[in-house]
Amino acid sequence: MAEDVLKSGNLPENPERATLEGRNKFMGFWFFLGGEVVLFASLFGTYLALRNSTVDGPTGQEIFGLGLVFLMTVILLTSSLTSVYAMYHMKNNDFKKMQLWLGITVLLGFAFLGLEIYEFVHYVNDYGFGFSTSAFSTAFYTLVGFHGAHVAFGLLWIISLMIRNRKRGLNLYNAPKFYIASLYWHFIDVVWVFIFTVVYLMGKVG
Amino acid sequence: MSTTAENKAGFGSVLWDYLTTVDHKKIAILYLIGGLFFFILGGLQAMLIRIQLIAPDNEFISAQFYNEVLTMHGTTMIFLAAMPLIFALMNAVLPLQIGARDVAFPFINSLGFWLFFFGGIFLNVSWFAGGAPDVGWTAYAPLSLFSESHGVDYYAIGLQIAGFGTLMGGINFIVTVVNMRAPGMTYMRMPLFTWTSFIASVLILFAFPALTVGLFLLTFDRLFGGNFFDPEMGGNVIIWEHLFWIFGHPEVYILILPAFGVFSEIIPTFSKKRLFGYSSMVFATILIAFLGFMVWAHHMFTVGLGPIANSIFAVATMAIAVPTGIKIFNWLFTMWGGNIRLTSPMVIALGFVPTFTIGGMTGVMLASAAADFQYHDTYFVVAHFHYVIVGGTVLGIFAGIIYWWPKMFGTMLNEKLNHWFFWLFFIGFHLTFFFQHFLGLMGMPRRYWKFLPDQGLDLFNLISTIGAFGMAIGTIIFLVNVVMTQMKGEKVSGDPWDARTLEWAIPSPPPFYNFKQEPLVRGLDALWVEKMQGNGKIQPAEPLGDIHMPNRTFVPFVISLGLFIAGFGVMYQGAMWILAGIGFATTFGAMLYRSLKDDIGYHVHKEELEEEGDGSNG
Ligand code: HEM
Ligand SMILES: [Cu+2]
Repeated sequence: MAEDVLKSGNLPENPERATLEGRNKFMGFWFFLGGEVVLFASLFGTYLALRNSTVDGPTGQEIFGLGLVFLMTVILLTSSLTSVYAMYHMKNNDFKKMQLWLGITVLLGFAFLGLEIYEFVHYVNDYGFGFSTSAFSTAFYTLVGFHGAHVAFGLLWIISLMIRNRKRGLNLYNAPKFYIASLYWHFIDVVWVFIFTVVYLMGKVG
Repeated sequence: MSTTAENKAGFGSVLWDYLTTVDHKKIAILYLIGGLFFFILGGLQAMLIRIQLIAPDNEFISAQFYNEVLTMHGTTMIFLAAMPLIFALMNAVLPLQIGARDVAFPFINSLGFWLFFFGGIFLNVSWFAGGAPDVGWTAYAPLSLFSESHGVDYYAIGLQIAGFGTLMGGINFIVTVVNMRAPGMTYMRMPLFTWTSFIASVLILFAFPALTVGLFLLTFDRLFGGNFFDPEMGGNVIIWEHLFWIFGHPEVYILILPAFGVFSEIIPTFSKKRLFGYSSMVFATILIAFLGFMVWAHHMFTVGLGPIANSIFAVATMAIAVPTGIKIFNWLFTMWGGNIRLTSPMVIALGFVPTFTIGGMTGVMLASAAADFQYHDTYFVVAHFHYVIVGGTVLGIFAGIIYWWPKMFGTMLNEKLNHWFFWLFFIGFHLTFFFQHFLGLMGMPRRYWKFLPDQGLDLFNLISTIGAFGMAIGTIIFLVNVVMTQMKGEKVSGDPWDARTLEWAIPSPPPFYNFKQEPLVRGLDALWVEKMQGNGKIQPAEPLGDIHMPNRTFVPFVISLGLFIAGFGVMYQGAMWILAGIGFATTFGAMLYRSLKDDIGYHVHKEELEEEGDGSNG
């Protein structure tokens, strides 16, 4: 009986919630995201309090380039969409297509991360805007960096799930794992939308 | 079965058993041992503080050492004693009360314990590595930036590790309550201890991340050249206070709500009456939790947030006294007309009610912002929070330990010694802290190393120190009682108190799978319902069948150990970065292993269960 959860094929409609373990994971992860919301809210609050504390360093208005950030936004939002496709195929029990769309999600994630690193390097080298430049710079790198670290973690997570299960397909044991990884990915995207608005748009305009 | 096997087993195998266990009942014992250890440590620190303050101008310990002891006392008691002892009770009791075979995430449960354990050890390594943190348990900036030793770094990283553990424990219990309740165990039939633990877990979930962020900012400022709290670089020291208290005030409710739950179990049991106003108790718990998030700035009245902000936070704070008062009256009405048995848990409950009420009253006094300018940072505040934390949380913990001891260990603590413990501790407590109210009103500031002669402070300080010795002796008696009881090892029945809730329907200690058959819950106080209307036994909700159990695992220990090692690397940097590399590689490697290795548990088969005969749900 216990081994059944490792058999692939013939899965029920919502494989991620078909077992008690799956339901627990699913719900526990939602609560975890609730905690993450408080974490990012605290970081946003700190950033808002310090965003004008530039001292002698550059201001956001001087350094932010909306073009690049807009591109990053589009990439990350698209990756959210592709992960939705992946979950769609999971529910249809189509493992290959799920892997394909997850793969695309991962590529987009790497593109985002690459651009973010490029952005940071650019700030440091061309504007002398380092972590210790001002309270603003510390808050900026901490908030955006926390998000970036979440992206990196998510990428490693999804990749290891894809590799681990590449041969055996979907089953009731790994379906919840894929599903919560995709939930996490959506969460990261939502946080980015706020960063885009609060950090970059408000920084450029307000 | 499992217990007899253990009696024969050697020390090594018992150790391995506990290092790898995922059984909530054993994790409860781990939390209990860890929590009591740190409670004793924090208690010794308290004694050092009180001996230093026994007389004016005393030179018993140096000023620097005093600051370290004071800081570590508060930090240890809150994070390493009270929290884990509460988790001990939650682990021991909550799954049984809702008729579950285990918690929702046995692995995460064990991880939570080991993170707490290694975080606590990390913090205390500071004693041997150049000095403990010396800036108070609240670690206000910019003082925390100026502190020169690595003490504050140990504080920030140690609490970070322990805090992750707490967060995971919280999520685990939330999901356990939502998903794992037995058939018939509706929300409004849950015992109050389960309810308050559930709500406390929700508070943990939403409060601890604020501390996580605060500790990260502190670490970045101290170790990585950040500027969050450095005004010269545009930083703002008040941010720390906000983050700390956004966590800190909910934290005090995390500490007190489960204690409320304990007393809400004890009082009905020993009054032979159902809890008065059950639904209003549930409602009051939720309301306290909700309001608890909107009052944090009452710790910051003197910061200068302005009269509007101060007034709003003052009124919100006072509002909390209303649901708290509801609870007090419900306990009194439960006892009213009841058939009261003065067992030691009940006597502790009787001591708790007035003590906590005094603490609540001084709380309302502190909550009036204008008056708080006078009280703030004096011994009046010290008296207030000890009345609520010791008079509430600590009494709740001890009452809970005594009450559920038979369930956890199958033995019964000696009642006579329990009473001795209580009276010494209780009288000692009031001697220690009652007079501190007056010391505060007379202007004695908190956290000072010395007070001067001829200011009328001598006598009350002397009384306070004498009282502290009373508490210490009481605690020693409790510990002696524990040792003696376990040496004698006299077994008791599954229901030695003639109690009301589900956990008393199974043997003490329960078999590792808790319930042979899922129980069918037919009302509030499930066991009492059966005692009154049935044959005194809980009816099963399913035929006897295979039971699914999780595998034991060493991975949580390794994950936590990795963070412990990495902490040193992050702190000392330079050549020590290698430790961070090793530590993080260990942690992430173990996490990866956990994620990739299938772990679907095993089954206890029906035939084995039948062999064990009756005695499960009976
Ligand atoms: C009616 C309920 C309560 C009210 C109105 C209240 C109010 C307050 C206020 C206004 C302060 C700040 C005083 C100052 O620093 O000037 C305070 C401090 C404190 N309270 Fe309460 N409180 C209540 C219940 C509790 C409970 C239940 C606990 C814990 C179980 C608690 C623990 C503390 C602690 C630890 C501090 C001191 C923190 C520090 O500065 O180190 N309080 N309380
Ligand atoms: Cu408070």
